Amino acid sequence: MTPGLDHFLAVGAVLFASGFAIALSKRNAIGVLMGVELMLNAVNLTLLAFSRFSSGPRPVTGQAFVVFTITVAAAEAAVALALAVSVYRHRETIDVDKLNLLRS
Amino acid sequence: MEGVGAAVAFWTLAGVTLFAAAGIMFSRNLLHAVLLLILTFIGIAGFFVLLSAEFLAMAQVIIYVGAIAVLVLFAVLLTPRAGRDNGESKMLLPAVLLAVCLGAVVLFVITDTSWNTVPSAPAVEHEPKVAASDLGEALLSTWILPFELASVLLTAALVGAILLVRSPEEEAEDMPS
Repeated sequence: MTPGLDHFLAVGAVLFASGFAIALSKRNAIGVLMGVELMLNAVNLTLLAFSRFSSGPRPVTGQAFVVFTITVAAAEAAVALALAVSVYRHRETIDVDKLNLLRS
Repeated sequence: MEGVGAAVAFWTLAGVTLFAAAGIMFSRNLLHAVLLLILTFIGIAGFFVLLSAEFLAMAQVIIYVGAIAVLVLFAVLLTPRAGRDNGESKMLLPAVLLAVCLGAVVLFVITDTSWNTVPSAPAVEHEPKVAASDLGEALLSTWILPFELASVLLTAALVGAILLVRSPEEEAEDMPS
């Protein structure tokens, strides 16, 4: 059977849900970040599926939107990993269960 | 997007991508999880090719696999005493329950909606094709303001990341005496 819009949307939804579970349940801050990246990728997949299958007048619009989400995701990853390294310098751990103080 | 080839490619990619995403959840070693994350990113780039977005597939491979995954690996290697353990926190059960509920609701909405898509069989020559040059023209004409804002955002993120990871000795050196 030829894959249609709902197949791509289903893959995006399952990817988003697994990224959500990873982001909420991992103990290592870098693991949490990997879940967030997975969710962003699932959203990109969904946006591109809509852009490809919907009969809009300008199919390039959806792809331009994905370019901007990739940009924001790259900025987010850089700052979040810098935060993880910085927290590790001060606390010697990036276990999110142990990072429960607003000041150290 | 027609025929058996697209279907085989789709189901293979779906299997690889979803198994790799599940492997991130279940692998005990953080480095293995990062490698599975790279596999997931490559699978999603394959989906982009299937959706006839070749430029974005290349951008996905270069940015996610080439830059972000390497950044994550660097962060893992820069935090040696934090351990390579990829274990779960105390919130494992509520997190998985919430994710399953979210996925079930979204999947129900996807299957229950009659999506207004382009008819694929009669209008194959009408299929929306976006070349990289079209995307570039759109980014520099219609989307020029968000494009410039994105460059400002990237510069701010770059400066912020460098400031955050400076060691205290470097900060002391830069202080005006």
